[in-house]
Amino acid sequence: MIDYKNTETEETEVVPVVEFNLDMEDSVSEYEEEIELDTADVDEFVRQQEASQIHHVRSSKEQSSENKKHGSQKKRRIVGNTIIHIVLVIMSIIWVAPFVFILFESFRVESTGLAGYIIPHKWGFDNYVRLFTETEFPRWFLSTFLMGLFCAVVQTIFILAMSYALSRNRFKGRKFLMNAMLVLGMFPGFLTLILLYTLLHEWGLTGTNAPFGLAIIYVASSGMGYYVCKGFFDTISHSLDEAAMVDGATKFQIFYKIIIPMSKPIVIYTILMGFMGPWGDFITASFMSDNLPQGFNVATGLQSLIDGQSSLNEYYTTFCAGGVMVALPITLLFMFLQKYYVAGVTGGAVKG
Amino acid sequence: MTYLDSLAYLKLNKWQKFVYKLQCFFCAIPGWFLNLFKKIGRFFKNLGIKIKDNFVDIWYTFVNGSWSTKVSFLVMGFGNLYHKQWLRGIIFLLLEGVFIFYMIFAGAYWLSMFGSLGKVQTWTEMVPSDLLDGELVEEIHYGDNSFKILLYGILTIFFIIAFIYTWRLNVKQCKICDSITRAGKKIKSSGDDLKSMLDNDFHKTLLALPVAGITMFTVLPIIFMILVAFTNYDRGHDGLMKLFGWVGGQNFQSVLTFGSGMQVAFGEILAWTLIWAFFATFSCYFLGMFVAIMINKKGIKIKKFWRTILVLTIAIPQFISLLYISNMFADNGIVNATLMKWGWIQSPIKFWGNGTLAKIMVLVINIWVGIPYLMLITTGILMNIPADLYESARIDGANAFQQFAKITLPYMLFVTGPYLLTSFVSNINNFNVIYLLTQGGPTNPVWGNVGGYVAGDTTILITWLFGITTGNDANYKMASVIGILIFVVVSVLSLVVFSIMPATKREDDFS
Repeated sequence: MIDYKNTETEETEVVPVVEFNLDMEDSVSEYEEEIELDTADVDEFVRQQEASQIHHVRSSKEQSSENKKHGSQKKRRIVGNTIIHIVLVIMSIIWVAPFVFILFESFRVESTGLAGYIIPHKWGFDNYVRLFTETEFPRWFLSTFLMGLFCAVVQTIFILAMSYALSRNRFKGRKFLMNAMLVLGMFPGFLTLILLYTLLHEWGLTGTNAPFGLAIIYVASSGMGYYVCKGFFDTISHSLDEAAMVDGATKFQIFYKIIIPMSKPIVIYTILMGFMGPWGDFITASFMSDNLPQGFNVATGLQSLIDGQSSLNEYYTTFCAGGVMVALPITLLFMFLQKYYVAGVTGGAVKG
Repeated sequence: MTYLDSLAYLKLNKWQKFVYKLQCFFCAIPGWFLNLFKKIGRFFKNLGIKIKDNFVDIWYTFVNGSWSTKVSFLVMGFGNLYHKQWLRGIIFLLLEGVFIFYMIFAGAYWLSMFGSLGKVQTWTEMVPSDLLDGELVEEIHYGDNSFKILLYGILTIFFIIAFIYTWRLNVKQCKICDSITRAGKKIKSSGDDLKSMLDNDFHKTLLALPVAGITMFTVLPIIFMILVAFTNYDRGHDGLMKLFGWVGGQNFQSVLTFGSGMQVAFGEILAWTLIWAFFATFSCYFLGMFVAIMINKKGIKIKKFWRTILVLTIAIPQFISLLYISNMFADNGIVNATLMKWGWIQSPIKFWGNGTLAKIMVLVINIWVGIPYLMLITTGILMNIPADLYESARIDGANAFQQFAKITLPYMLFVTGPYLLTSFVSNINNFNVIYLLTQGGPTNPVWGNVGGYVAGDTTILITWLFGITTGNDANYKMASVIGILIFVVVSVLSLVVFSIMPATKREDDFS
């Protein structure tokens, strides 16, 4: 009998399926071999089994036809893998192409607008020079960077605090708190900006001072993004807490001496997300800037460079240069912390 | 409809099973609503009981309490001070003082104006100026400010509720103190209180700041905006120069009245929003999973390299790639120029000028954006599928497609069910992809300009909301109406999906 139970939203507290190896560094490096071994082993095993059966039961004639079949299967697999390799190469080209194009176009000297070709006729750093002298880019970059640092610190503290409190303590009002945040999350976040803008405007934190206002907005409600982190804390065994408690540790000590060190990947993921947030934000930043160039972050600033046909002709290549300047440091950072990002994203998806 | 038992159900063929499931689903719908109403009824009943219990408790505390308890009914924290809990006592006393002070000097005014949102209009008068030798200049006499009245009115109500809660807490504490003294035990000192902030009450310390932030910067604004939906707040009635007031459900009426301009635009945009969210979610999901399976396949070389290439594209802030791609497909962009150079087309294809084409482009580019992310997520989960499932399937003679359809897909859907929902919701609110690619355009000739709100074929609700708010007449009231409608859509969807989804608790049975 199928039962359509009226399950409540409370059940977002999913029991995690992806078990994290707490020692992320090792597991990630083993990651590759594991998959290969897994499937390869199984394949080999099955083939051996089949072969032994064949050996026992079937006549030699049948056996040879069986081998032929294996041969054709192998051929098919090789063909299939070649096709997949070709597809992967094409995919990589499609995914990387826009970024290579931006890089090329940022070095174009002979014209500044849209051009129908990619490889510049004349190479040079003119666009970068213009970016730093003619536009407010240094200011946008610096303010976004500082906002990123601020968010990385404060947002991480908020999220860790929230996650630990909700994961390790069963207090009155916990369910209510979690449900309330779930419901609040269903409102479009943009809606809150109308009031926040007016308030921050009154305090003088919009326009030229927009970065300060933005930093407050980014951080203030960040506690609502606790899901990934709490999901990870849930997987850490409670017996550790109990053991520490028997030894006389307070909850604070358990938090910063046991839970935090054990959650290194998720802590780094949270820091990374906090830092990246301000770089990609467009809607909040454009709302808070009062359309003043001094108040933009990199996203709104670079968008303003190519907003409208005339400025597009004037600043398109400068925009490309700006894009490269923003993308490079972030990509480098990402490359170093990639495994932590992977850990966070996969964990988050499973826990919803 | 008759429900079958498991044996009868297993006897059905595939088609019958499907029809049966469908029947079950639709027959269950009235049950949901019944359940919902029952739940609401139960909720209010419980609430009533709780309130009654509270009053009874307060009464008994007063009757049986010591004299210090009785005093602290009026002077908060007196009981604590009497029992030498200095910290608690002083905090209670301070809170009471601040509250009374606030209510007398500000709160009472805001509350009294809350019903009308201001009575005195700002008015101007021509007065002779001292500086300009008696020439007449305009002087502004500021009246009430509806915006502030609404905001501080809500805040005052917040404070009153918080105060009542604090008072109740104070009474409870006195009761506890009384009972401890009666039992002849030692009462916690202020030092113990401070210590427990890092130990037993550590969660309160942790939650204080984040929850305060959420209350101030999410709860308060949302309540404010919900109330704004029932006023006529826009640039013409900005509260300061011209008051705004309550208008009831008029704004909702203008969006939902069948056949009106707003309703047509809203319907069209809502339909496209849902179509967009559906295709954006599932196209990325399946293609991302497909890519992950391709890379995971045995015999593929340099797996790490393929993954890294895709993952690195996540690192680059979306706005760069989206703005760049948007210009790649512009009328004189690279794509059109190259195609014309090769002689494939004579005149540029207007990728962003044609509604249908723009919609397809947005979806395709979203796939480009989404695949790396989904690849990453699904790779992790795919590797968690127990290998013995595949092994046994292979021994039973299942081919690759059957393995995918019967093992991989159900497992994936099962594990990522909640994720799919969140992803659907975030696509409904996916401002960046739409706005940075098309800015919502091309403007629709029929319903694209109702009431001065420009809307285009690719406009989704959130970009429409953005346009309405930042447009010339900054129609905040309509913005909040649409925001509330988005909330209704999202919450109804979530409820339905949660009730259809197999209960996540049964996860253990699966693997």
